[in-house]
Amino acid sequence: MAKIYVEGLYKIFGPNPKKALQMLSEGITKDDIMASIRHGVGVNNATFEVHEGEIVVVMGLSGSGKSTLVRCLNRLITPSAGKILIDGRDVLTMDEDELRQLRQRKMGMVFQNFALFPHRTVLENAALGLEIQGMERQERLKLADEALSLVGLDGWGESYPRQLSGGMQQRVGLARALALSPDILLMDEAFSALDPLIRRDMQDELINLQERMRKTIVFISHDLDEALKLGDRIILMKDGAIVQIGTPEEILTHPADEYVARFVEDVDITKIMTAESVMKHSEAVAYLRTDGPRAALRKMRKHNIAHLFVVDHTHQLVGIVSADSAAVLAQRGEGSLTEAICTDIKTVFPGTPAQDLFGIMADLPYPLAVVDEGNKFKGVIVRGTLVAALAERGGAA
Amino acid sequence: MSQYKLPVGEVIETGIDFLVEHLSFITKASAKVVETVLGAMESGLLLVPIPVFIVLVGVGVWFLTKDRKLTVGSALGLALIWNMGLWAATVSTLALVVVATLCAIAIGVPLGICVAISKGAYKVVMPILDVMQTMPAFVYLIPAIPFFGLGKTAAIFSTVIFSMPPAIRFTCLGIRQIPAELVECSTAFGATRMQRLFKLDLPLASPTIMAGINQTVMLALSMVVIASMIGAKGLGGEVWKAIQRLQMGRGFEAGIAIVIVAMILDRVLQKLGTRKEN
Repeated sequence: MAKIYVEGLYKIFGPNPKKALQMLSEGITKDDIMASIRHGVGVNNATFEVHEGEIVVVMGLSGSGKSTLVRCLNRLITPSAGKILIDGRDVLTMDEDELRQLRQRKMGMVFQNFALFPHRTVLENAALGLEIQGMERQERLKLADEALSLVGLDGWGESYPRQLSGGMQQRVGLARALALSPDILLMDEAFSALDPLIRRDMQDELINLQERMRKTIVFISHDLDEALKLGDRIILMKDGAIVQIGTPEEILTHPADEYVARFVEDVDITKIMTAESVMKHSEAVAYLRTDGPRAALRKMRKHNIAHLFVVDHTHQLVGIVSADSAAVLAQRGEGSLTEAICTDIKTVFPGTPAQDLFGIMADLPYPLAVVDEGNKFKGVIVRGTLVAALAERGGAA
Repeated sequence: MSQYKLPVGEVIETGIDFLVEHLSFITKASAKVVETVLGAMESGLLLVPIPVFIVLVGVGVWFLTKDRKLTVGSALGLALIWNMGLWAATVSTLALVVVATLCAIAIGVPLGICVAISKGAYKVVMPILDVMQTMPAFVYLIPAIPFFGLGKTAAIFSTVIFSMPPAIRFTCLGIRQIPAELVECSTAFGATRMQRLFKLDLPLASPTIMAGINQTVMLALSMVVIASMIGAKGLGGEVWKAIQRLQMGRGFEAGIAIVIVAMILDRVLQKLGTRKEN
């Protein structure tokens, strides 16, 4: 079961949402609805799910409805239509009490402008959620203190928020959410107000924390680099509607439409693309048991290549033969390739970042093999295809 | 046009007469209570030897503001009042202002909170406040007399009405000015409206509320002078006497005493307000 399940979610701003919903279902666009009946479409038919322990980044330009969408999850904004299930429970049918319970215990939220209470110390700020739960002072301050050390703010508890830098203030915001030990973290542009260096630190820190805690995180961002770095999956929004949901790589390599493509074109592609996305699925391999030197040479000639990878019957990579050594064996009349196989070769996993491939391939006289954890042969990277793949995406090249 | 005069005044008068007829036994009784409390307060304050009183005020001001000039100034000002022979009148005025202000705050701040929270209350109360503030202060004196009789309670009643609007307005303003993201934050963490009020609204609005209370005190002080016309006595009474007898010097002496009291109260309250802000 998905941790968060959202289906057919709409949010209309205006006095008569029914009318606007009707118009949407007739295919009238957001802009036309605004022009004709002055109703804003915040979220337009959003359907997605978030699994336990994953980071999903909701991304889009400002005004794309990402903040509205996320605020619907804890009903800071009440949706106009649709369904939101959290752990299978419908958020939209909850009464005030149930909703408060959900907010107090299950969902922590981190805000773009930190939203720290200026009249409270850092420790008291971190303890806010627990205080609202009604926890005893001693106990809540202890938990808040633990949360502060989790985000690296040991010893800052007695300071006031204004004495802290932006990055540190947002750590307090994070600690305040973590102190609840919620299942779900909602992070609304949490790092957008920080300067780039601090932002990168915070992203790294979040990734570190996430490795330990495995929370379900919904992260809003307008920054693609951030989305690609943090997101296990990315939800791309435009005009209130979801245009694409996918892993960072899917978004980059197969943008759903022009909008997504434009969004991703500035990304430094080598950081995101992996060996898998630049490799060729080569059918040209020699089979250890069946192919002799002549068969290997024929395959090379046919595909116009100088090297051939050799696999066994379970498609495990054995090694590589060059055209020269295969020719020598063929002349000698050998029936088996075994003697010509060079087994000491470099391989990479499908997940290896493309930027690392340049170094590995730099002084390699033959193509690079991509194998999975079980040494199964997946594909080939030749320097030409690597550069071509990158050039095609318009990234580093 | 004036041939067919609308009976505005008549309607109001009938209404007040009606209220007086049916309520004056309560108001007259409460007048007795207030007068007793005030009397006790006054005689209590007068029991303190004047030099001791001045020193106590000095210590109090120093303790609250840590401002040397203000402390010395307050003590000197009070000494001047003593010297001018206006001590008893000042104490009487002070007691009146304190009681009136406390009443105004006790009603005004909670009302301000209601107005801030409820849109309906806002729509009802704000126009009434506008009327209360623009109506000439003297007008309040007239209905106060049938309800409470001539004397200090009538003075306090009209003073409370006159000085309460800033307490309401500033409290409301302070709460409405709380940054939206903090409000959203408290909601996101599941706070009830009451939790939000006590953990966020009131602490954050307190400098603004203090500014309102400061205004209330100042207005109360000015009204207490006007209320001398219906028997408030005190410093206002001295001014009133001086007007009737055309004693220019005596009038100014009482005026200066009022200014001294006003300045001490104002500066101390302002310091309290800004200290909370830091």
